[in-house]
Formats: sequence, structure tokens, C-alpha cells
Amino acid sequence: MFLIMTALAAVIATVIWYANAPEDKYKVGMLSLFLWGATLMWLVDHVMAYLMEGGEFFELNLDATMLGLSVIVLALIVWMLILVISDPKGTLKKVLKT
Amino acid sequence: MACFLVPAGEAIVTTVIQKVVENNEKKSGAANTRESGGKWSQRLGWLNKMLWGGVMLLALEHIWHGEVVPWPPFLTAMQNPADVAPMLHEIATIGVGMAVFVTVVWVLMVIIAEAKSRTIPQVKAKPVAGGA
Repeated sequence: MFLIMTALAAVIATVIWYANAPEDKYKVGMLSLFLWGATLMWLVDHVMAYLMEGGEFFELNLDATMLGLSVIVLALIVWMLILVISDPKGTLKKVLKT
Repeated sequence: MACFLVPAGEAIVTTVIQKVVENNEKKSGAANTRESGGKWSQRLGWLNKMLWGGVMLLALEHIWHGEVVPWPPFLTAMQNPADVAPMLHEIATIGVGMAVFVTVVWVLMVIIAEAKSRTIPQVKAKPVAGGA
């Protein structure tokens, strides 16, 4: 389930990035690459585990869903922290001056 | 168990390479020209972001499943000698597979980007004529 959820988040982030490209003030491109990296890695993990051990390809249960949500939230938190620290709008600078 | 350690190792190496390439591009003043093949530090940045993002999110998954803990030896498989061999096998198969797959996807991205950038007509700045 977390593979599907991460892939979906990656697709949404990529569409948002593309809609605003070449402008990428809010580093949505970086967020989409974060999510694509995880999606590709989990895809390999799922395929290899399926080939070696068999069983279900997708885990469809509450635990896997909660993990998927947590993964997306972590990616968003890291993206937000990078955004605030790099402060592309200069908002933090203006706020701290006052 | 610890498959994300292979992409993590690759990410460290590629981050160092990106910094070196970035410095070289700055020194040669070729950072913004198409002649240099177009911002290799930017291209390497794509790989780094995919690797670090994947490592970070996979680390959360491993913590979630209790495979990584915040105290030594950090990997729960290391606590039981019987689990060490399967862990190393997983690193050698799934871990290497992840790193290779992400790198292959990045190579494809770079090939497509390079092909696309060649089709863009080069704009030459012309001196402004006229005036007083």
C-alpha cells in the first residue's frame, strides 16, 4: 500500500512541478524527486521479494496504509524544512527584521 | 533489513562528486552554457535527490518495522548472529538492485534531457543598435 501511496504522491508532485515549470521557487521538483526515489526503491524491493518469496505483491492493510501516510508526511516535513531554511521568498528574513 | 544502506553509500559518493563538479563548473564559468553539456551539477542533483529521498523514506519504513533502532548496533539483525547472513544477502541483492535501478532511471533522464536540450535553438545575444 505504501508503494502505491508514495507513487501517487510522486505523480501529484510532478504534475504540480510541471504546471509551474520552469519556475520552481518552492522546490516542488525536489519533493517529487524525493518521492520518486523512494517509489523506485520500493518497486525493486517489492518485485525482488515477490520473485524470491512469492506471496502478495501489495500489502493492503491498515498498517501499510498508516506507513504510507507517515512516509508522505515525512517527505512533506523535510521539504517544508528545506523550504523554510532556504527561504526563497525572503519571508523569514522580513519577519526576523521586524 | 538494511537494504537502504547501499543507496545511502551511493548517495554519499554522488554528493561529493556533485560538489566537485559544481566547483569545476564555477571555476570554468561554464555553469550556464549549453556547450558544457548543460549543468552537470544539476543533472547529478537529480540523482542525489532521488537517492537521499529514497534513503530517508526507506529508513522510516525500517524504523516502522523495527529493523532499525536508535541504539547500537542500530540494526536489529546484528543482535542475532543467525540474522547477519540473511541481512548481508538482502544488502547484496535488494540493496544493490535499488541503487542500480535508481541510477539506470537517472541515466535515462539525463539522456532524454540532453536530447531535448539539443533540439532547443541556441539564442545568441546581439548588440543593440541605434540610439544616440
